[in-house]
Amino acid sequence: MPTRINIDGGKEQEKNNARKKKEIAKAYGRYAKQFTPRPRYLANCLKAFFTGGAICTLALAAQNYLTGSRGLSQQDAGTYVTIGLIVIAQLLTAFGVFDVIAKFAGAGVIVPITGFANSMVAPAIEYKKEGPVLGAGAKLFTVAGPVLVCGITSSMVVGIIYWFIERQAG
Amino acid sequence: MDIMEYIWAFIIGGGICVIGQILLDTTMLTAPRILVIFVVSGVLLQALNLYQPIVDLAGNGATVPLPGFGYNLAQGAMEGAEKGFLEAITGPLENAAAGIGVAVAFGYIVSMIFTPKSPKR
Repeated sequence: MPTRINIDGGKEQEKNNARKKKEIAKAYGRYAKQFTPRPRYLANCLKAFFTGGAICTLALAAQNYLTGSRGLSQQDAGTYVTIGLIVIAQLLTAFGVFDVIAKFAGAGVIVPITGFANSMVAPAIEYKKEGPVLGAGAKLFTVAGPVLVCGITSSMVVGIIYWFIERQAG
Repeated sequence: MDIMEYIWAFIIGGGICVIGQILLDTTMLTAPRILVIFVVSGVLLQALNLYQPIVDLAGNGATVPLPGFGYNLAQGAMEGAEKGFLEAITGPLENAAAGIGVAVAFGYIVSMIFTPKSPKR
């Protein structure tokens, strides 16, 4: 008999302890919330809008220059513009400037192709000490890998579905 | 007409970035997840022929943000699908080959040359 009471008492105590822990965690959460800066939604959105818009407008200006003065086709000019943006973003990342810009602009530089280029070089430089193969070579794809995997897989599925529809129709 | 092209590029390009900023600020999604969401949504929108009108309107404003990368992949797949099965499979990467190739090769060279720098705060 005494042992059973003991066990019950132990369980009760455990329950109490768990409840206390939860309460403490909740109180801590409330306490920490007071000091966590709330993101400034409007300011962040405006910064993202203007930097993102500026990048796209500059890209369009470069594209129009290439198609107009240089007489390139629309597709070739677009490819050159993409390459240019990637090269610039990766160089800025290497010089440590991209972080400063990204801190200000947020999604304004992450969502354009510049963010994709940055996400390759940043971890690769960070981990280059681990070697040229498993360091820089592998870390080049920590973020770009999932993006490429998901993009290529979904577009390939789209292609096969379209081919199937085309075949049924023709 | 010419100036309208630039205005639309600014508005659409900036608008897509604002969507990304809202996702960053209000959800717990990390930046890589947001990049994946953007690329896949570009693929799906183009698969439904919904992204082409945006590209026609805004030009680089729609192709420079990451949904444009997805659009590029999907467009290659759909153009290839008209020619045959093999083209449907090679189409996406064929379209994006320059971007991906340069990003990988140049990124690797750059990261082999430069040493890590702590960002100035």
